[in-house]
Amino acid sequence: MNNVTVSNVAVSFSAPLRPRLGRDDFFQGGCLIGFSALVCAAIFLPLYAMLAKSFEDSDGNFLGFANYIEYFNTPSLVTSAQHTIIIGVLTTIIVVVLAFIYSYALTRSCMPFKGLFRGIAVIPILAPSLLPAISLVYLFGNQGMIKEVLLGHTIYGPIGIVIALAFWIFPHTVLILTTALSSADARLYEAAVALRTSKTRTFFTVTLPGAKYGVMSACFVAFTYAITDFGAPKVIGGWYNMLSVDIYKQVVGQWNFQMGAVVSVVLLFPVVISFVADRLVQRRQVAQISARSVPLEPKPNRRFDLVMLLYCVVISIILIGILGVAAYASFIKFWPYNLSLTFDNYQFDLMDGGGWKAYRNSIVMAIWTAGLGTLIIFTGAYFIEKSQRFNKFRSILQFIAVVPLAVPGMVLGLAYIFFFNPTKFTVPFTSIELANPFSFLYATMGILVICTIVHYYTVPHLTALTALKQMDREFEAVSASLKVPFYKTFARVTFPVCLPAIFDIAIYLFVNAMTTVSAVVFLWGPQTHLASVAVLNMDDQGDIAPAAAMAMMIVYTSAAVRIAYVFLTRGFQRKTQAWRRREVTTKSIAPSSVT
Amino acid sequence: MKLQLLSRWGCRLLLGAMAALLAVLGVTSAAADTKLTVYTALEAEELEPLRKAFRAEHPDIDINWVRDSTGIITAKMLAEIDAGNPQADVFLGTSATSLLVVDAKGMLLPYAPKGLDKLDSKFRDARNPPHWVGVDAYAAVVCYNTIESGKSNLPKPSSWQDLLDPVYKGHLVMPNPNSSGTGFLTVSSWIQIMGEDAAWAFMDAIHENMARYTHSGSKPCRLAAAGEHAIGISFVFRGAKLIKKGAPLELVLPKEGIGWEVEASGILKTSKKIEAAKTLIDWHISPAAMKVFNDYLPIIAIPELATPVAHFPENTLEMMIDNDFGWAADNRKRILGEWQKRYDAKSEPKG
Repeated sequence: MNNVTVSNVAVSFSAPLRPRLGRDDFFQGGCLIGFSALVCAAIFLPLYAMLAKSFEDSDGNFLGFANYIEYFNTPSLVTSAQHTIIIGVLTTIIVVVLAFIYSYALTRSCMPFKGLFRGIAVIPILAPSLLPAISLVYLFGNQGMIKEVLLGHTIYGPIGIVIALAFWIFPHTVLILTTALSSADARLYEAAVALRTSKTRTFFTVTLPGAKYGVMSACFVAFTYAITDFGAPKVIGGWYNMLSVDIYKQVVGQWNFQMGAVVSVVLLFPVVISFVADRLVQRRQVAQISARSVPLEPKPNRRFDLVMLLYCVVISIILIGILGVAAYASFIKFWPYNLSLTFDNYQFDLMDGGGWKAYRNSIVMAIWTAGLGTLIIFTGAYFIEKSQRFNKFRSILQFIAVVPLAVPGMVLGLAYIFFFNPTKFTVPFTSIELANPFSFLYATMGILVICTIVHYYTVPHLTALTALKQMDREFEAVSASLKVPFYKTFARVTFPVCLPAIFDIAIYLFVNAMTTVSAVVFLWGPQTHLASVAVLNMDDQGDIAPAAAMAMMIVYTSAAVRIAYVFLTRGFQRKTQAWRRREVTTKSIAPSSVT
Repeated sequence: MKLQLLSRWGCRLLLGAMAALLAVLGVTSAAADTKLTVYTALEAEELEPLRKAFRAEHPDIDINWVRDSTGIITAKMLAEIDAGNPQADVFLGTSATSLLVVDAKGMLLPYAPKGLDKLDSKFRDARNPPHWVGVDAYAAVVCYNTIESGKSNLPKPSSWQDLLDPVYKGHLVMPNPNSSGTGFLTVSSWIQIMGEDAAWAFMDAIHENMARYTHSGSKPCRLAAAGEHAIGISFVFRGAKLIKKGAPLELVLPKEGIGWEVEASGILKTSKKIEAAKTLIDWHISPAAMKVFNDYLPIIAIPELATPVAHFPENTLEMMIDNDFGWAADNRKRILGEWQKRYDAKSEPKG
């Protein structure tokens, strides 16, 4: 046994210039190739199909730019492009300013209840974007509880869209900005104090530049979410058309797929520009924190802390209030004439949208997305990060994994119809017809799961990469030299160490699968109604109270899963992650090894 | 080692739990019967009672409803037919005009269901065997919110022409005929009553008063019922239902006459479950099914079985115009295109 090992090592030493490709390398290479084939089928082919569709007439003949010319000659469609940009910019400014102050309070003040405020800020993530819009109708609609606040302006339009979007995007920007603001070098602030720099000047010369990249990132995220969201403008947009609603109207209202494809391509432009700009900015980012940095500890300042506390209380009341209105409205018998309470609005089987079965489907879909998605995303990230060879190939894949961030959910969903629905497709520039091997997926749960995983691919992928990067590559090198196959290392070391990240990924996917409307609105089929789409359909029929009820069911479910996760993993983490804390490890392991 | 074991067990436990959950969810939704996929534009609350009544007599067949507004479900059907991938077995309870459009694609199976001879001749395709049969009729109505109208001093309209009065500006809602069957039958009835030119002039004028066009035919009446807008053009069934729920509504049948449609059904030629589909079509014109339809609508295909429905205006039947379905089906595309160009393409109404 020993002799064999030694001789093997000798062989590899004798030919150091061209290391032989081992079994692991072949396997990993195979996996990388398989993985990229999967990625192509799941992103690029559908997007190509959509692009092709935008140049065709309804019978599939090539038209050139005729559809685009028609688009730009239709005044209403061009107006919605302007509207989309206006809403995007407005929402971005408002939400980033609000979230910045909130994050500043969380990271730079000594106010109490920080954990609580952190938790409250995340609440909107648990709801579909339709929910704030529905609440706003109850608050500011023509029969709204506090419609006087709007001074006669109507909520159906840009005001409503911006408020609903700001609510829904707030948590995403807070998460980015707290991360950006929490890492700061105290030495800079000490220097500022020593130089008697005023507080305001310090803010503009130290704090803002330090958080610059975070702020920009938050802006790009907010802008992208605002212009691609569909739920809020659909419910509360009134006459104020936006591109995302136009796609829906063209496709679902008129079944004009070609024009839907054209609008999708138009919507892709600002998103891709924002995406590329973000990448360019982030590339220039240099480490703010060096080994010599001293982490900034906020010092108590009664007045400042009080102001920050008040601000956070106000924002929290608004966030909880909007959610609370939907929860309350879902129990009202007949708004606004009969305010007695009832469970009638939860009798989904008597209403549009697929009934309770839609809710069950959503849970099944979310479980599959979380399970399958975590598996694919984590192993994908593993091969990209830990494979020993194929560097160029891996960097291409690395780029591809970020692409879904730049594809709006509706555009992806529409692309999926074009790719998965036809029973046949023609090879480009030829007249060869091939049977579509994927068409069996049309209108199944499978297509919903695939689309949702792809749509939300990037963020979990980055989470997985970060977790994997924490682990030294020596693990792989050592196990390789010990002749331990890489999958054993994966199962025994990598996987357990990364478990917290894996759970994070699963929860992220679950919650998003429950709440997404835009990615699935074109893809559900006779057997696969979904809860989030049911909210949309019920609102479409004017059944707004049941729509609120179903939206709340989604919130309760995502919240329950998140809370259960926190409690379940608390004990679990203590066991698998004990090695992370030195002093605890020795204590907790000692007695258990005795028993 | 101990740590690894723990984590491995943890994972197994988690995977096991997930599998169990999936299994449970799978079992609850799985059934061993023949499952018919039925595209429909019937109102959502009719679906479960119908399915239950059908299952009571035919426990081996189950119905999987796909419901949407008439225009949308028709468009979905047509798009799937064009893609060569139609999903539905039966097209049930959708406007006769829509059935005719699908029939024009050669997709409906001619079939004479059991009990066909009992149907009023208005409620069946004239051909033998018929390509479609109807079960009931639904008609347009103006839902008038008495409380909100009182607040805004809006007089109760008695005719379509009354709605052109500028006092109603911003208080009126109607369904978009492109997506809603009610919207289309209303527009089609205006053209049939007034003649083409006068009808478009009328629509130009009523557009000025319109607060918005909705996707569904129900929504205008629901909006009126909730006081979001005082007056909604909708259909009688929804209005009667909302009054029963306590909405402060009055239902107005404009004196020029109201548009109406037969809710009709047919079997898709491409269905792989033709026998089960025929069973469903047979059943849905049986007296048992008529009783279910009659719970919602007083005008059904077997008139002698009809009983009045609460809150339905008594003169609904008399007010229904002499509707020419053939004309409506032939001109549907043109009318919708014209409407779209005139009113949907305007991004915002003036003022």
